[in-house]
Amino acid sequence: MKRLANWRLLLMFAVMSLLTGCGENYLSALKPAGEVAQMQYDLMKLSTAIMVGVIAVVTIIFIIVVFRFRRKSNDEMPKQVEGSHTLEIIWTVIPILLLLVLAVPTVAATFKLADVSPMEKKNKDGKTDALVVNVRSNLYWWEFEYPDEKIVTSQDLVVPTDEKVYFNLKASDVKHSFWIPAAGGKMDTNTDNINKFWLKFDSKSAEKAENVFYGKCAELCGPSHALMDFKVKTVSREEFDKWVKDMQEVKKPAKPETAKAQAGQEVFNKSCIGCHAVTPANSTPEKARVGPNLSNFGERERVAGILEHNKENVEKWIKDPESYKPGNKMTGKYNLSDEEIDAVSEYLMGLKVQE
Amino acid sequence: MSTYAQKKGFGATIWDYLTTVDHKKIAILYLIAGGIFFILGGLEAVFIRIQLAVPDNNFVTAGQYNEILTMHGTTMIFLAAMPLLFAFMNAIMPLQIGARDVAFPFLNSLGFWLFFFGGLFLNLSWFLDGAPDAGWTSYASLSLDSAGHGIDFYALGLQISGAGTLIGGINFLVTIINMRAPGMTYMRMPLFTWSTFVASALILFAFPPLTIGLFFLIFDRMFGSNFFDPTMGGNTILWEHLFWIFGHPEVYILILPAFGIFSEIFATFSRKRLFGYSSMVFATVLIGFLGFMVWAHHMFTTGMGPVANAIFAVATMAIAVPTGIKIFNWLFTMWGGSIKFTTPMLWAVAFIPSFVAGGVTGIMLATAAADYQYHDSYFVVAHFHYVIVGGVVFALLAGTHFYWPKMFGTMLNEFLGKITFWLFLIGFHLTFFIQHFLGLMGMPRRIFTFLKGQGLETGNMISTVGAIFMSIAVIVLLINIVITSVKNEKVGNDPWEDGRTLEWALPSPPPFYNFKQLPLVRGLDAYWIEKMEGKQGMTPAEPLGDIHMPNNSIIPVIMSIGLFIAAFGAMYHNEHSWGIPVLIGGMLITLLSMFFRSVKDDHGFHIHKEDLLEDEDKGGKA
Repeated sequence: MKRLANWRLLLMFAVMSLLTGCGENYLSALKPAGEVAQMQYDLMKLSTAIMVGVIAVVTIIFIIVVFRFRRKSNDEMPKQVEGSHTLEIIWTVIPILLLLVLAVPTVAATFKLADVSPMEKKNKDGKTDALVVNVRSNLYWWEFEYPDEKIVTSQDLVVPTDEKVYFNLKASDVKHSFWIPAAGGKMDTNTDNINKFWLKFDSKSAEKAENVFYGKCAELCGPSHALMDFKVKTVSREEFDKWVKDMQEVKKPAKPETAKAQAGQEVFNKSCIGCHAVTPANSTPEKARVGPNLSNFGERERVAGILEHNKENVEKWIKDPESYKPGNKMTGKYNLSDEEIDAVSEYLMGLKVQE
Repeated sequence: MSTYAQKKGFGATIWDYLTTVDHKKIAILYLIAGGIFFILGGLEAVFIRIQLAVPDNNFVTAGQYNEILTMHGTTMIFLAAMPLLFAFMNAIMPLQIGARDVAFPFLNSLGFWLFFFGGLFLNLSWFLDGAPDAGWTSYASLSLDSAGHGIDFYALGLQISGAGTLIGGINFLVTIINMRAPGMTYMRMPLFTWSTFVASALILFAFPPLTIGLFFLIFDRMFGSNFFDPTMGGNTILWEHLFWIFGHPEVYILILPAFGIFSEIFATFSRKRLFGYSSMVFATVLIGFLGFMVWAHHMFTTGMGPVANAIFAVATMAIAVPTGIKIFNWLFTMWGGSIKFTTPMLWAVAFIPSFVAGGVTGIMLATAAADYQYHDSYFVVAHFHYVIVGGVVFALLAGTHFYWPKMFGTMLNEFLGKITFWLFLIGFHLTFFIQHFLGLMGMPRRIFTFLKGQGLETGNMISTVGAIFMSIAVIVLLINIVITSVKNEKVGNDPWEDGRTLEWALPSPPPFYNFKQLPLVRGLDAYWIEKMEGKQGMTPAEPLGDIHMPNNSIIPVIMSIGLFIAAFGAMYHNEHSWGIPVLIGGMLITLLSMFFRSVKDDHGFHIHKEDLLEDEDKGGKA
């Protein structure tokens, strides 16, 4: 019993020290990388502090009880006590006060995080001053549309640091949930309605994460739910503006540079273009955007969101997507020879919008 | 049990259990069926932990993993935890209030068989077309998208077993309201009876929303309706609300009887009356009531808006107050007591820190703004295993050791019991404590694998090691049960020697009519009062007379089989022409059984006074 009690105390200290930072900079909610995550982290710390206090009181009483009141002889007959009004009032009122301490900042933060009013404010061009991204989740991939900039990309979300980024969230097939743990809590992408929220990426924290954060799907959506990852590339405002401009300038698919890539483009135009666009303009309707937009595929962080980004993995993926992401919608939609896959991969790796 | 088999043939014993309406035998049925499902759910948990032991593992495929996780949750909640609690409610509650049986013995049997055939139907999915794979919550967009018949098994199976649970809950309510012995006022009822009462009331109000939700799902998947299809004007969020209006009270349906079992154990092994009995009753009722006000805290990230989120956050926090009252009352029941560390008491003592840990993370989850981080991550997984395992499963294991002598007339081995306890306790904390951090470090729940290089390797390995400890603990418990049943050393009325409530005034196991003469209850802890005055047993409240008993019946089994058959018809009617006839045929079997039951006069039978006296001469004592 003694060991048990000591062990609990130790655990408590472990909690406190662990909470002060663990996990990876690019993934952990315990390494907040922006205003939203920071607010949530502060609430975590506040609630943990209160709760550790409660646990301490319970533990002390618990230890005393377990040691002092063990049965020493079988003839013992303790006094039968009915209760104590004083004690009962104490342990009713104190928890209420503690909860009030927690409830007030909770309510305040809940409203602050839900404030998306800048999304509604249109300036004279009919655009918003704040950056808005439409997130559309699909079975095992993510699409990011920048409506004011009129561009679409997928799998890699590009955002400027040190400003609020507003999101419209929805799902195209089943419910998913949009989560960038280091930047802030998640919000579901529903099939019925559009959810809105905002996040902010702090440039200093972004540097620590080498400017790439991990994003996850947090709602069970099918076999490859675990593999529905995306990446967030954080850049300064100037770099972001440049990226947008570069994207907007791509009116035609990037020119293949080698003969093989040329051949790859031909294959792509026959077999792949029905689902995958290679121009970033958002002029095609959502329904027609069946697969991830590949305009800047050569600059992406991962193949299919999960594999290291090299040509070999692109080939493997195209050859047998089912073995990497079971249940995906791409399997069986095409029939390509090894040679053709080789060519297409070369073509795809060359799709870049920035020099 | 084994002596029974010796007296009668094996077939006769089986027939006896198929037709029994005796609450004590139905309790044993619930215990066996719930136990089997518990082991099944446990195996599924072990598969989950093996798969997640190392990154990029392929012990099971992604699709199989989703089936396993869905069946683990569904089995543990609906087919293991609730039936096992029903086992103790059935075995103990009528004895605690001094009743000869539950109010509707026939319905009691029907409730069990509906649960059993529903559970059987659900688990047959493993062999036919694959198990459900949309999580135990089965959110509508995914459950409608899921191919095969897995989700159909889920919806139909739960519908049948849910009807059984609802029937059971109503039966307990009526029993407690109407069948209390003379002098057993509400405020003299043992806490386990009180918690059974409140949990049954929760069942009465919580199960109808689930029934409706499941019917919508059944119609959508099998009969072409569009309740959850947004393109046809349906709404998937509707399912989330219906499910959680049921789902949240459901966790209180589980935890309140667990609280009840622990309350009995604390008082018994501290040799002290429960501290603050009336506030305990009040807290139980209040938790039950508030349990209906907080369902949407499961949906903070669904996008309900800040007003709803804030209201549900604060309402959820409020539940901490009555729960805290209970924790302190238990501590102060032990304070000044004379504590004996038997196996049940070890579980009860370990429950306090474990459950408090689960409770405080519950408060953390209630802070809506921070919940956006916790939601659907391993933090939540850690939280609900802390409350459900640390609360409910601990209570079930404690209750198994505590009430085993009352149910079977023999004591489980204390030494093995303590080995089970320590292994399980260590394994439990190893498995689940680290998961809080895995969640905060960015691990979503319900993932079939995780990739290397995300800092999640160590935590997952520790978690898997813990699961192995828990499995060994359960194996030791099974060995204990076998050894105990083989030895079968009979014990007397009050084997723990500190029994306080009415059930300990009866022989172990009690005669099938329970009380020869209904006892007179003179206060809380009725049996304790008599013992303290030096009396051997309860004072009778009535002269010895004939006892009216219900007849056994096979009809509940047939009724349940009818629905079981109908479910197959409903499921396959879209691809096989025999579907509709089977559906109608199955329903007819059930309806005709109901008709038969209604028109056939069954007055039961009487045990005559003379036979009861004869019993006493033989040495049997009421």
